[in-house]
Amino acid sequence: MANFSTILSEWISSQKNRMSILLTLAGIAMFLPLVSSNYGLEVMTNVWFYVMLCLGLNIVVGYAGLLDLGYAAFFAVGAYTTGILTSQFGVNFWLTIPIAVGCSACAGFIIGGPTLRLRSDYLAIVTLGFGEIVRLIARNLEITGGASGLIGIERPSIFGFQLNQIVHFYYVFLILAILACFVSYRLQHSRLGRAWQYVREDEDAAEAMGINRVAVKLYAYVIGAIFGGVAGCFFAVKMTAISPETFMFQQSVLILLGVVLGGMGKIPGVVIGAFALVLFPEVFRDLGSMRMLVFAIVMLIIMLYRPEGIWPAKKS
Amino acid sequence: MALLEVNNLALSFAGLHVIKELEFSVEEGSIASLIGPNGAGKTSVFNCLTGFYRPTAGTIIFNGKSIIHKKPYKITRQGMARTFQNLRLFKSMTVLENVMSGMHCRSSAGPIGAILRTGAQQKEEAEINEFCERCLDFVGLLAVKDRIASNLAYGDQRRVEWARALATQPKLLLLDEPAAGLNHVEKQQLIGLIKRIRDQLGITIFLIEHDMGLVMKVSEKITVIDYGEKIAQGNADEIQNNSKVIEAYLGKEEDEIV
Repeated sequence: MANFSTILSEWISSQKNRMSILLTLAGIAMFLPLVSSNYGLEVMTNVWFYVMLCLGLNIVVGYAGLLDLGYAAFFAVGAYTTGILTSQFGVNFWLTIPIAVGCSACAGFIIGGPTLRLRSDYLAIVTLGFGEIVRLIARNLEITGGASGLIGIERPSIFGFQLNQIVHFYYVFLILAILACFVSYRLQHSRLGRAWQYVREDEDAAEAMGINRVAVKLYAYVIGAIFGGVAGCFFAVKMTAISPETFMFQQSVLILLGVVLGGMGKIPGVVIGAFALVLFPEVFRDLGSMRMLVFAIVMLIIMLYRPEGIWPAKKS
Repeated sequence: MALLEVNNLALSFAGLHVIKELEFSVEEGSIASLIGPNGAGKTSVFNCLTGFYRPTAGTIIFNGKSIIHKKPYKITRQGMARTFQNLRLFKSMTVLENVMSGMHCRSSAGPIGAILRTGAQQKEEAEINEFCERCLDFVGLLAVKDRIASNLAYGDQRRVEWARALATQPKLLLLDEPAAGLNHVEKQQLIGLIKRIRDQLGITIFLIEHDMGLVMKVSEKITVIDYGEKIAQGNADEIQNNSKVIEAYLGKEEDEIV
């Protein structure tokens, strides 16, 4: 097992091999709709959706090392912004995206600003509370449709072509997932990405090196929130209905699970984590009510044997 | 005018006076030391200077500006860098990445630049890379720049810390027990390195050290503190013959017993 994974990681670390793997995978993803059933596409669309959410949370948890138990809140802000603006004010869907980006970034700022002075456990509790507050606000306001949520959100069209089939959304979410990977990669390998890692490894030393740790963490929160917000926008128009129950604590835990399972801070790991998250319950659907139990056991086994996540860690 | 001037500095934790009425200065271009017995408050002085502790009273003027009650990262930006008594490297990162942390405060690319890889961002990354490699070359670690920092020998890890501090482009470098844990050969190299940093880079040095041999060899001015108070100040000869210093280190001669 260990031998196999070293061979694998050595093979993957070659730049040429890596490019060919990526191109093959992209090719498979592109042509999947030609062979897959609608059920398969629905599941895969869900995978791409979770890839984006997990990569967004990965910026906060994986890169900056801040435990966030309320990530669904940002996803909710994006979904509700689009839902309210399109269904109640008749705004064009594409125009709601920048507004949703602004709103989720604000939400990230609001939760981040006052709480980032807290460390690990305390921060986790506050974010958990924040997630619940957002859900409860959505449940109790009239504009958000109260407990029953918003229904009849209009499907978007692009150049007069309406996106109304699962194939269309498959490609939309595939593009979003690829974009999320690209942005994550670029951020990770930049001055800001390094600053996140410094703060994660040793906050005091990072500060002594002239890094403003509060600003750096705030960046992580705001960028992570934007990922969630954009995913939420597209989620709202794909489902055409959203309700507060979509954004429960469970949802935040699920996204966090994808990040931890695959390997925090590693893009391929997080993508695999998102796959596992969506595919396991589908594969074991035949087990009926037992499937979540099996899922839990599989996860425990993974965490016991690979505590750093499925994806191998970088060694030198 | 001195590069660093400390006046009436006081620090107390819940009524315990760690530093009392401390006064000293560090001249630009000099190598100065702060010594004192264990628990005298040396590292506390460093933590006050670098903004990690908030002094209860006093003034700290660095490069003509007051830096008291400023945040550590702002003080670093103004040109004061430090190393730590216990190694504080970013353990899972490479040597070069560690040094790059020092350049953070001298560069400015944000998330948009990073995502779009703009020309300015690429130019800045190249500059960071080049400058950090020069810092590593200066301390003699360029050959191991791509190794994970925690896999290096202890003495080499210390040098990574200095390279990292140099990468912040400081005017004043604070070294907290730079010789701790080093062997004899490494200590000799350290003396050379400290002098080279001052002579070739023009960086003023202020250090805390327990190794008296090293302190006497490199320092031009020594400040001695005990129980948070200054007890003596002067060059190596004056300090070695100062009765108060001998008393603080070795204890008082108990002649009244007889």
